[in-house]
Amino acid sequence: MTTQNQVTDPAPVRQPFEFAKWWDRVGILVVLLALILFMALAAPNFATTGNLLNIARSISINAIIAAGMTFVILTGGIDLSVGSIVAVSGVTSVLAAVSGVPAIAALLVGVAAGAAAGWINGALSAYLSLAPFIVTLGLMTFLRGLAYTMTEGQPIVDNTLSFRDLGNGYVAGVPAPVVVMLVVYGAAWFLLERTKYGRHVYAVGGNPEAARLAGVEVKRILTSVYVIAGALAGLAGLIFAAQVVSAQPTAGNGYELDAIAAVVLGGTALAGGKGRIIGTLIGSIILGVLSTGLILMNVQYFTQLLIKGIVIILAVAIDSLKQRSATRVVKDTAVVGATA
Amino acid sequence: MTAETQQPLLQLRSISKRFGATQALDRVSFDLRAGEIHALMGENGAGKSTLMKILAGNIARDAGEILIDGRSVDISHPADARANGIAIIHQEINTVPDMTIAENLALGVEPTSQFGVLNRKRMHEDAEAKLALIGLRLDPRLPLGSLSIGMQQMVEIARAASENARILVLDEPTAALSRAETEELYRIIADAKDRGVGLIYISHRMEEVWRLADRVTVFRDGKYVGTRERAEIEPADVVRMMVGRDIQDLYSHSSREVGQTVLEVNELCGNGIGPVSFTIAAGEIVCFAGLIGSGRTEMARLIFGAERRDAGEVALHGKPYSAAAPKRAIAQGVMMVPESRKEQALFLDHSVENNVAISSLDRFASAGVLKSRPIRRAVLEQMDFLRLRQSAIALPSRSLSGGNQQKAVLARALLTESELLILDEPTRGVDIGAKREIYELIDELVGQGKAILMISSDLPEAIGTSDRILVMRNGRIKADLRSSETSEEEVMSYATGTAEEEQS
Repeated sequence: MTTQNQVTDPAPVRQPFEFAKWWDRVGILVVLLALILFMALAAPNFATTGNLLNIARSISINAIIAAGMTFVILTGGIDLSVGSIVAVSGVTSVLAAVSGVPAIAALLVGVAAGAAAGWINGALSAYLSLAPFIVTLGLMTFLRGLAYTMTEGQPIVDNTLSFRDLGNGYVAGVPAPVVVMLVVYGAAWFLLERTKYGRHVYAVGGNPEAARLAGVEVKRILTSVYVIAGALAGLAGLIFAAQVVSAQPTAGNGYELDAIAAVVLGGTALAGGKGRIIGTLIGSIILGVLSTGLILMNVQYFTQLLIKGIVIILAVAIDSLKQRSATRVVKDTAVVGATA
Repeated sequence: MTAETQQPLLQLRSISKRFGATQALDRVSFDLRAGEIHALMGENGAGKSTLMKILAGNIARDAGEILIDGRSVDISHPADARANGIAIIHQEINTVPDMTIAENLALGVEPTSQFGVLNRKRMHEDAEAKLALIGLRLDPRLPLGSLSIGMQQMVEIARAASENARILVLDEPTAALSRAETEELYRIIADAKDRGVGLIYISHRMEEVWRLADRVTVFRDGKYVGTRERAEIEPADVVRMMVGRDIQDLYSHSSREVGQTVLEVNELCGNGIGPVSFTIAAGEIVCFAGLIGSGRTEMARLIFGAERRDAGEVALHGKPYSAAAPKRAIAQGVMMVPESRKEQALFLDHSVENNVAISSLDRFASAGVLKSRPIRRAVLEQMDFLRLRQSAIALPSRSLSGGNQQKAVLARALLTESELLILDEPTRGVDIGAKREIYELIDELVGQGKAILMISSDLPEAIGTSDRILVMRNGRIKADLRSSETSEEEVMSYATGTAEEEQS
């Protein structure tokens, strides 16, 4: 232990190399690169610009939902209603656009609908202390019913939909949904890594009681993450509606599970408090690359499901092994810490 | 000298255990006679728990030998320990709180008919018989979780007795017990001793060790330091053995300049306590003493805004003060270090930096965006002040020792620059070296003019560090004593209510 002078110039603290920590940071990226390499060799036409952009476009909806899901899971919660929010927000915006509301306003209404649904999730879980699993399960069913009611069970197709470019357009050669996805991830990263709000999200997930006693407004944070998840699911719903130029009451069915899979693949702990938004993006890409690659390899749909399932369980198993080795490392340092 | 010639019940010879780069135990030895209470002492990290885990078969030793009645035994699994008559009573009890006492006592040995159907009647009779072994009379149909921690521990001891355990390890058994429960436990321990059971007693409380132990063995940094007959030594000898040096004056109490009143509490009620009234001035440490459940923590949480106030007034620097939530208290210059650092204070997987900074982020953010360099600088400054090594800043707080974790929590409180600090059991579960550093730190803080409301169940600590002692009982303040003029006996007489009985 030396000198006070070091305080004025905080140098990055060097830590000895440890496999567990290294894997924690880049392990999932290694998996992705290996997968891409494999696909490039095994699947015809995989490594073409056109196909890669297609993959990017196809993952963007799940990736955007998963970004919001990351906030929720970081607090130790879960949101099963995001798939239904996709449908409700899409229906809301298409109905608004069809009735003559300007495109921008129609979009905002859709996102607001998602955020409002999220607020109900959050307020019920946080202020009434109901289990998020149950609350969002209820909302999932309710909102699906709402989407059917609003459309009377029939898709509403409008080939001249005012905001269709959101799904099918390009910005400087990059598909619009991909641009939206990148902006979402940039913002989410900034929020989680660089703001007080982000620290509070991690704190609430890490230890809610400690967070409260440390001055964090736990209930507000809990409510807010569901609002974020709802708003982003709403945004994803608009992209979906724009891609299919219609309001589909069945849209987003089962998307919540894909989003949760991406978050977990990305290394975020379901117990909360631990995880990185960038991991979720990589997790979504892995799922997307896997589906597209398997299609290009002409693997049957049923077999694709088998493989996806195995990948998800494998990823979680690796994570669990990693946790165990990390705990071992930590125990050792604990004894060192006591004598230092 | 029959004890000398008698074969020891248990001998641990030259046990070593290494975790990664750390030698947790280095050829330590320990022996236990039948019918003795042998205290095992040492700072946190000295290797006591590691040795007990080896004895319990929870972890494997690298080298060394375990002998029972002079015969080498193989203990590589908890079942081996059980079969050799070894029982361990932890603070964290391995029981199922939702099951009844009888079901817990029958776990693994459920009485069944030949078809595997549970015989409830016999299970309850067995349970009553097991409890009676140690003189306990409880309804075995009660859920175990409805008992106090102390009673749950005693049920565990009843189980050990029923299994004819000859070697009983008690790891900090009285840490969570009330006075009455502690006395009950002492009686049960004495009883076991009379039956010829050998007891290994791990405790940080010198008072308790002095009352119970026949011999004392001390470990330091994974090494065996020595074993002494208790009757032949003084507490100071044990402390010297534990820390490897003299601790002349464990408590720091420099002469203090008491300033203006910082906190004025008037008829405060809520959270099951009150009404209470008291004041704390700048440069003053007021320590709340009392038994567990006397309402000290409840009162502190009320002031900190962690619980809702029902009635009464509080003034801070002469102005009305109320806090609807801890966030509001912190904003007004009141910060609390809670009682249980792992459950209520730390984010175990998060870095020390994040743990320390979490309550002061407003000061280091503009429009919610954090300024990372000033944060790091401020955290390092606090770590230096608290003598935490700088390299720990990026480590998860889980990886720190208990003393260093407590320092990290204190660093968080200091970083808020609060005028009033509420310290609830600030040295609980902390080794003696770190304790001393914390006392020095608290002394320095009041020297700077802070007001400190401390809660301590360690009476020598309460008296040695504070200026005034307020004794609570049944949610009310029963006495306001000058620390320099009171004694442990006097404080205890108010805490237990015997002082009132004498007066009436």
